[in-house]
Amino acid sequence: MLTSPAPVHRARTLADALAWRATHPHATVLAGGTDLMVFLELGSANPTSVLDLWGCTELRGISEDGRTLGALTTWTDMVRHPALPVALRDCARTVGAPQIQNRGTIGGNIVNASPAGDSLPMWLVTDATFELASVRGVRQVPASAFWLGYRKTALAPDELLVRVHLHPHAGDRLHYRKVGTRLAQAISKVVLGGRLRIEGGIVTEARVALGSVAPTPIRAHHVEAALLGKPVDPAAAAAVADDIAPIDDIRSTAAYRRTVSANVIRAWLEGEAAA
Amino acid sequence: MTIGIGIPRADGAAKVTGRALYVDDLRPEGCLYGATVRSERAHATVLAITLDPSYDWTGITLVTARDIPGRNLVALITEDQPALADGVVRHVTEPIALVAAPTRDRALEAVKHVQVTYGDLPYNLDPEAAEGHPVAIYGTDNVFKRIAIDKGAAAGTVAGIVHEGTYRLGLQEQLYIEPQGMIASPREDGGMTVIGSMQCPYYVHKALKALLGHDRLNAVQAATGGGFGGKEDYPSMVAAHAALLALKTGKPVKLIYRRDEDLRATTKRHPAIFRIRSVVAPDGRLLEWTASTIFDGGAYNTLTPVVLSRGILHLTGPYRCENVHLSGVAVATHTPPNGAFRGFGAPQAMWAVERHMDRIARGIGVDPLVLRRLNLLRDGDTTASGGVLTDTGGFAVLDAALAAAEAPLPPITRHPGAGTNHARGRGLAMVFHGCGFTGNGEAYIKGKVGLELRGSRVTILTASTDIGQGTETIFPQIVAAELGVPLEWVDMAPHDTDLVPDSGPTVASRTTMVVGGVAQKAARKLREALQAETGLATGDIATLLAARTSSAPLRVEHQYIDDGSVQWNPDTYQGDAYPTYGWSCAIVDLDVDRDTGEVLYRRFISATDVGRAINPVLAAGQLEGGALQALGWATSEEVVLDARGCMRNDRLTNYIIPTAADAPEMVTLLIEIPFAGGPFGAKGIGEIPMDGPAAAVAQAIEAATGAVLDNLPMTPERVLGAM
Repeated sequence: MLTSPAPVHRARTLADALAWRATHPHATVLAGGTDLMVFLELGSANPTSVLDLWGCTELRGISEDGRTLGALTTWTDMVRHPALPVALRDCARTVGAPQIQNRGTIGGNIVNASPAGDSLPMWLVTDATFELASVRGVRQVPASAFWLGYRKTALAPDELLVRVHLHPHAGDRLHYRKVGTRLAQAISKVVLGGRLRIEGGIVTEARVALGSVAPTPIRAHHVEAALLGKPVDPAAAAAVADDIAPIDDIRSTAAYRRTVSANVIRAWLEGEAAA
Repeated sequence: MTIGIGIPRADGAAKVTGRALYVDDLRPEGCLYGATVRSERAHATVLAITLDPSYDWTGITLVTARDIPGRNLVALITEDQPALADGVVRHVTEPIALVAAPTRDRALEAVKHVQVTYGDLPYNLDPEAAEGHPVAIYGTDNVFKRIAIDKGAAAGTVAGIVHEGTYRLGLQEQLYIEPQGMIASPREDGGMTVIGSMQCPYYVHKALKALLGHDRLNAVQAATGGGFGGKEDYPSMVAAHAALLALKTGKPVKLIYRRDEDLRATTKRHPAIFRIRSVVAPDGRLLEWTASTIFDGGAYNTLTPVVLSRGILHLTGPYRCENVHLSGVAVATHTPPNGAFRGFGAPQAMWAVERHMDRIARGIGVDPLVLRRLNLLRDGDTTASGGVLTDTGGFAVLDAALAAAEAPLPPITRHPGAGTNHARGRGLAMVFHGCGFTGNGEAYIKGKVGLELRGSRVTILTASTDIGQGTETIFPQIVAAELGVPLEWVDMAPHDTDLVPDSGPTVASRTTMVVGGVAQKAARKLREALQAETGLATGDIATLLAARTSSAPLRVEHQYIDDGSVQWNPDTYQGDAYPTYGWSCAIVDLDVDRDTGEVLYRRFISATDVGRAINPVLAAGQLEGGALQALGWATSEEVVLDARGCMRNDRLTNYIIPTAADAPEMVTLLIEIPFAGGPFGAKGIGEIPMDGPAAAVAQAIEAATGAVLDNLPMTPERVLGAM
């Protein structure tokens, strides 16, 4: 049995949550709990108080057009939503296992800011914006400006992530690849998101993002630049060497991550070139 | 007849509905919670154990080696391992002291406030540097055991085509789902009862007797969530600790390991290094086979000599050769002791042998399958130790597996987020596995089984435990079949050393084949006792029971009798190494992702000579579970040690066992070549599925990509590096 002496505030509305948050900026925020419970068991989280958002049902679910996702949207919600791009639904299906998918939330994944977070490259390549709220008001922060360093985000102490907004072009030629330690219950060694706009056979927009290869999820700007202005060129994958800074850790090696990052980008581009 | 049918497991309903009581489900009145203070050093003198003066020690009890009333050791083969370190620690995680507290949280917290002062000593983690290392761990030369077997012409005198290879593998964790755990409770007679997760109640009994200095004690098995060898000897340590805390506090004490503690501290599969030199004729016939090995035993002896023994005795693989030279040494390093794990040395040997057979095939340009068929052992052949083989099943399982492999592969499962740049390969491995104890082990152990008749109910009294493999189901099947009574008439007594005789340990693929055979003979004795009591000659149990005038319980016991069929000299390693052998062929179809080196299993076929399947469903379950455990060993399970020899990836999130999603479709063929010495012809099957899959996977990866891998595990990092 896992016990924590920390008092828990169970918010039922966003207004309640924000008001409580304003006076408890050091409280640990609980959404689905699939990370927090592990941290508690490991002893790496010792919350003094907990803000439980799970009851804020207004933060859960995906709009009918698939453009707006509440922060408490679970992976299962994503898997089942017909308007979401297939690559995003695939991404949700690679998180943990069905039990985790039923409970884990996109908001938790984004705010925990693990470099290995399965969904994070996808928010980068879809040009998503994160809606952050506090009693002071609401602001929109692009995904590309949200992860500031290892497990550091742009959230102010009194702010909560409330919604994710996808760009209208999010579903165009969107690609997701996860290289994990196994086929379920796996933390990624390399995770790739990609998106291309191709007009008249020429790449006019490229988004490439990776996880687990740097302290934060990152855009592969060198690869993106190498892709623009010409037909899809799989050789652009080699430029990823200048974009990433992988390390040796308990799950894999820097060398493997370098090779595999280039390989999975090339494999994606070869598929796009042949399409 | 209750043999050969897949009746549901006797313990199944209780386990799937949550009614089965594992040790952590038990809450004796007034129970305290224990926790263990462990060494943070690989080798050091313990200068002082002090209590943090700023911590509130109210209600907390500390136990050190000084509190041990009997002998400070975990009694097993030798007496080198202390229950609690006394003055010196020889591996990281070695137990130094114990605490008991009213709650588990307080016990875990208190452990952090026990301050150990160390005097650091030099240490060695490298098994290849261990023998004769200036820092002695065991004896004067750090050698636990040395074995050599020679057959035929002197080494190096046979002419032919020579191949040499080196093959390595690391630790593997058993990963039973239920961590180690025990409750010790003081008895009214001044003795001690321990109940917990264990394979071998009498091992625990023996260890406690030495530790406590008396035998007013009993060991009881609770429902046990898997063992795989990991609960063969280590529960003696956990029981010893719980008992010391219960003795000092006078209260029941529960000691349950956390998963990370269990992974760091408990025994694992022995790492090994093999060097093989073969001489073959141009057609591939084996002319000479010279193999040597080093097994890393860790800091204490535990079961290491026996593991090495089985490893050496399997180091020819299932192949015939007239000139054989096998040698091995098990050495001590400053690492947590390694112990029993499904296969017990044989999977290590089989990995090296099968990889070397592939090396030969590659070298002379012969199909690996043809090479194996050419050299496969058959009836009348002699093993390396000179034993003459009967009941061999090599060709039968090979042909059955190949026939099954003709069927088309199942369609590819599309995994979200996965790639499609795949190379397909198929690999095959042939193995044999000695069933039961090595050599004259059974004659030494002399296992016993009792039967007790009350009315028409027959209760089996045995120390052979069910750790998931099906003993509770199979023993009643055997006894009911022998007596010719309905299965419902037969049940099992609790595995409590106060109630059941010593049947020997639950290990070595011996439970069904050996102890099941003793149970069958006990059933014959029961019939004879009824015939004597009633004066009737009939063998029909219903008639005998009807004729009984006494209502008193009738109890019989049978003990294993050495019938001389196994001739073995433990000093020279000559003779019949095992009562019989199981045989198995593994064929794996897999895809290798060319971009990532990931291996995706498509289909796993095994054909295994089981002698006779008492319960085919349980038999297939053993074989399939063992195969998946072996596939994990092949490609994902790797124990990562830090500079002190401590396991770093001590979590289920980073020690990577396969999930259901990773498992291939399995085709499991039971081939029955009866063993006259087993009940209804049964051979042991618990371990053989561990032997072949890894080598089959290596061959398949080679077929798919050309990458040659001679070391385990074949992680994506290593596969990609070799491509």
